[in-house]
Amino acid sequence: MSGNDFFALLPLLVLAGSSVLIMLLIAIRLSHRIIQRSSSFLFLIAFLSIFYIQKVFPYSLEPLLIVDGFSAFIMGLIIFSSIVVNILSYIYFEEKEESPKEYYVLLFLCTLGACVMAVSKHFVSLFLGLEILTVGLYALMAYLRGRNKSIEAGIKYLVLAAFSSAFLLFGMALIYLETGSMEFTQIAKNLDTIQIPSTLFITGLGMMLVGVGFKLAVVPFHMWAADVYQGAPVPITAFIATASKAGVFAVLLRFFNEIDAFRYNQVLWTVTFITIATLIVGNLLALQQKNVKRILAYSSIAHLGYLLVAFIPGNTLSLYAVSFYLLAYFICTLTAFGVITLLSNKVGDAEDIDTYKALFWQNPLLAFIFSVSLISLAGIPLTAGFIGKFYILLAALQSGFWLIALILVITSVFGLYYYLRIITVMFSGNKIKVAKDVNPNPIFYATSLITLFILTLLTIGIGVFPAGIMRLIEHLIR
Amino acid sequence: MILVWLIGILMGGGIAALLLGQGNRGLPRWISLFTVLAGFLAVIYIWIDQYPITQFPHKWLIQYRSDWIPNFGITFHLAIDGLSLLLLVLTFFIGLLAVVCSWTEVKEREGFYYFNLLWILAGICGVFMALDLFLFYFFWEVMLIPMYFLIGIWGSENRVYAAYKFFIFTQASGLLMLLSILGLYFIHANNTGIYTFNYLDLLGTSIPENIQYWLMLGFLIAFVVKLPIVPFHSWLPDAHAEAPTAGSLILAGLLLKTGAYGILRFVLPLFPSASEQFAPIAMLLGVVGIIYGAILAFSQTDLKRLVAYTSVSHMGFVMLGIFALNELALQGVVMQLLTHGISTGALFIMAGMLKERLHTRDIDQMGGLWKHMPQMGAMGMIFAMASLGLPGLGNFIAEFLILLGAFEANPWLTICAALGLIFSAIYSLRILQKVFLGSYQKDTPVQDLVWRETTILASLIISILWLGVFPQPVINTVKPTVIFIEKIFHDQGIAQAYLDRNIIKPQVISKQKKGTYVRK
Repeated sequence: MSGNDFFALLPLLVLAGSSVLIMLLIAIRLSHRIIQRSSSFLFLIAFLSIFYIQKVFPYSLEPLLIVDGFSAFIMGLIIFSSIVVNILSYIYFEEKEESPKEYYVLLFLCTLGACVMAVSKHFVSLFLGLEILTVGLYALMAYLRGRNKSIEAGIKYLVLAAFSSAFLLFGMALIYLETGSMEFTQIAKNLDTIQIPSTLFITGLGMMLVGVGFKLAVVPFHMWAADVYQGAPVPITAFIATASKAGVFAVLLRFFNEIDAFRYNQVLWTVTFITIATLIVGNLLALQQKNVKRILAYSSIAHLGYLLVAFIPGNTLSLYAVSFYLLAYFICTLTAFGVITLLSNKVGDAEDIDTYKALFWQNPLLAFIFSVSLISLAGIPLTAGFIGKFYILLAALQSGFWLIALILVITSVFGLYYYLRIITVMFSGNKIKVAKDVNPNPIFYATSLITLFILTLLTIGIGVFPAGIMRLIEHLIR
Repeated sequence: MILVWLIGILMGGGIAALLLGQGNRGLPRWISLFTVLAGFLAVIYIWIDQYPITQFPHKWLIQYRSDWIPNFGITFHLAIDGLSLLLLVLTFFIGLLAVVCSWTEVKEREGFYYFNLLWILAGICGVFMALDLFLFYFFWEVMLIPMYFLIGIWGSENRVYAAYKFFIFTQASGLLMLLSILGLYFIHANNTGIYTFNYLDLLGTSIPENIQYWLMLGFLIAFVVKLPIVPFHSWLPDAHAEAPTAGSLILAGLLLKTGAYGILRFVLPLFPSASEQFAPIAMLLGVVGIIYGAILAFSQTDLKRLVAYTSVSHMGFVMLGIFALNELALQGVVMQLLTHGISTGALFIMAGMLKERLHTRDIDQMGGLWKHMPQMGAMGMIFAMASLGLPGLGNFIAEFLILLGAFEANPWLTICAALGLIFSAIYSLRILQKVFLGSYQKDTPVQDLVWRETTILASLIISILWLGVFPQPVINTVKPTVIFIEKIFHDQGIAQAYLDRNIIKPQVISKQKKGTYVRK
C-alpha cells in the first residue's frame, strides 16, 4: 500500500484507530464524561477527514475498495449519524445501570463496518464490513443486559443476521461460480460475455437479495425490525435505522448499478414486488401501533420502500434521489429518536404514545422538534422529507414507473395517519403541573437539545432551500 | 416584490405572534390584526392602482420571479391578474374578520393560534399567486398543517376526528395532483427538452389525448375535494362544524375558493381538450352537488353543519359554471366565489356568536331569539336572503349569471340546477324560522350584538350589498382572465388565446409548429 492509499482511507483509519484509543482510555479508568467527549471529538475528526480527502476522488484500491464521491457522501452520512448518536448516548446511558464505556468502542466499530460497506466494490470487503457492523450491533442491542427486551432484541438479531449472512454468502458463491470473479466491475465484464445468464446466476442474485433484504428489513424480511427497534437502547435504535441501513443500501446500489442487474426481468420483478410489499406492509402495520419506537420501526421499513422506489430505475437521477432522500431521512429519523432519548428516564424509554400527551404544552421546544421531524418523515412541504419524496417521484416517473409511484403516493397517505396521530397526542390534553425532577446533567441535556434543534433547522432549511444540497450531491456523484 | 411581501408579512407576523405570545397574552391578536390590515390595505391599493384592468389580451399585473431550485427548473414565480387580485382582496378581508371574530373566543394558547391563522392565510395567498406548479403545490400543502392544528386544537368536541379527516382527504388528493404535475413536467420535457415547472411554459404543451385525460383528472380530484363536489364532500361538514369560528370562516370563505381557482387557472388552460371532454360529467356532478347539498342542509339540526351543506350546494353552482366554459358563466363563477365567501362566512360567524351565547349549535334548542337580539335577527335575515339568492344581494348576480351561461351549454342540467334555488329558499327560511322566530326557550335573556360584532357583520352586509347592486368593478377586473379562458374553448384554441408572456421570459421564445420550440 502506498502513502496515497492510506490517505484515501483516512476516515476508515481514523475510525479504526479511535476504537483502539478509546479502549486505552477506558483502561486507564477515565470517567464516562471524558470518554464520551473524546469519542465525539474523534468522530468529528473522522467526519472532517472526508472533506480533506476529496481531492483524490475517485480513488480505487484494487481490488477491494473504491473511494469516490458517492461513497464519501454515504460515509459522511454514516459518521454524521454516529456523531448524533454519540451525543445522545451520554444522557441516555448515564442514568442506566450498565457501565457505558465499552459502548463507545463498539459504536466506533459499527461505524467502521458501515463505512467499509460504503466503499467496497468486492464481495470480500462487502462481507467484511457487514460482519464488523452486525457483530458490533449484537452487543450494542443487548447492551442493557439486565433488561429482557434488550436481550430479546440482541438474540433475535443475532439469529436472523447470521441466517441472512448465510444466504448472502451462498448467493455470492453462486455468482462467483458463474462469473469467476468477486469484484463488481469484473463481474459486469464477464457478464457481458455471457449473453444469457444462467439460472444459477439469477439464483445467486436472488439469494443475495434475500440476505440484503434481511439487513434492510424490507418486506417480507421485516419481521425482526419492530422487536429489535423496541428492545434496543434508543440511541442504538437510531443507529440501526440510519447508519447500518445506509451502508448496506449503498453497496447494494453500487453492485446493482455496476452489473446493471435490472436488465434481467426476474430481478426487476422481484425488486418491484419487494418494493410494493414494503410500501404497503410498512405503512399498514404502523397504523395500529401504540408504541412510538415500533411506529418508527415500521415507518423506517416504509422509508426503505421509498428508497427502493428510487433505486429501481437505476439511472443517474435515482442515485441523486437516493442520496438526497437518505440525507433527509437521516436527519429526521435521528431527530425523532433524539426526542425519545431525551424523554426517556431511568426506568424505561419514552415509548408509550401516552407519554407524549400534552407535550406541546409541557415542553413546547421538544414537541416542536418532534413534530417537525414527523412532518418531514410524512413528507409534507417546508421540510426536507418533502423534497426527498419529490425527488424520488421524479426519479421513478422519469423512467415511467407510474404504478410504483402511484402506490408510493397512496401508501404515504396511510403513513400520514400515524405520524399525525403522534402529533395529535402531543397537543391533546392540558397542561398538568409536573414536579420537574432536577436534571442531573444540564450541560449534556443542553448539548443534546441544541443538536436536535440544529437538526430541525436543517430539516426546514433543506426543505425550503434544497438547491445547495442538490448541487453538492450532483457535484459529488458524477 | 410586493407579492413576496404579502406572503412574507403574514408569515413574519405569525412567527412574531408565536414568540411574543409567550410573554403577553394580549399581544398576538394585535400583531395579527395589524399584519392582516397592512396586507389588506396593500391589496386594496393594488386594486385601485391597477383599475380599470382592460388590457387584452390577458396580462399579468405584477410579477416576481427568481430561481428556486434550478436543478429541476423550479422557479419562485408569483404573479397576479384580475382573478388572483380579487381573491387576494377576499383573502385579506376574510382574514381580517377571522382575526376580529376570534378576539374573545380564543382564550388559550393565543400565540400558537394566531400563528396558525396567519400561516393559513399566507398559504392561501401563495396559492392565489403561484405561477410555478411546484410552488403552487408547495403552498397548497402549506395551508394544510396550520388548518389541521386550528381544527384539532381549538375545535369543539369531535375535533380530532374532523381534523384527521380534513387532512387526509386533502393530502391524498393533493398527492395525486403532484403526480399529475410530474407527468406534465416530463411530457413537456420530452416534447421540448426543457425541464420546467413554470406554468407559462407548460401552457400549450401538446399531450396525447388519453394521457391528458388522466393528468387532468389528477389535478381535478385535488380541486374538487377542496371545492368540494359530491362524492368528495364528506370531510367538509365535519371540518366546518368542529372548527372554531375563525376556522369555519376561513374554510368556507377561502379554502373552498382555492379549489375553484385551481380549476380556472390550471385545469382548463393546461388541459383544454380533456376538460371539454369531461365538461358534461362535471356539470352533472355540479348539479348533483347543488341538489344533494340543499337537501342535506335542510335535514340538519346542527347549525354549523347546516351552513356547511349550503356550501356544498353553492359550490355545485361553481362547478356547473366553470364547466359551462363560456364568459357569462365564468363571470358568474367569480362572483359566486366572492359572494359565497361573504354570505356563508357571515352565517358561520353568526353561528359562532350564537354558540358563544347559548353554548349549543342545535337549532332545535334555539328559537325566538329575535325578541332579545333584534339586531342580530335583522342581520341574520339579510344573510339568509343572500344565501337564497334574493335580487339586490350579490349571490343573485352570481347565480343568475351562472345559470344564464350554463343554459347555453346544457339546458336540461341548468333546469335541474335552477331547482336548487327553490331548495335554497327552503333551507334559508328554515334557518330564520328555527333560530330567530318561534317561541323563546330559555329563561334568561341573551345579549344582543356588541359593537365589535356589529362592525364585523355590518362590513359584510355592506360588501354583499355592494356586490349585489354594483358588481361592475368585479366584472371588469376579472374580464381579461375570463375572456382568455373562453377563447381557449370557443375561438381559436390555446395558441391564439395565449397569455401575454412578454415579461421575464426565460427560454421559450416562440412556438413555431406543434411540439417544436426554438430558442432565439
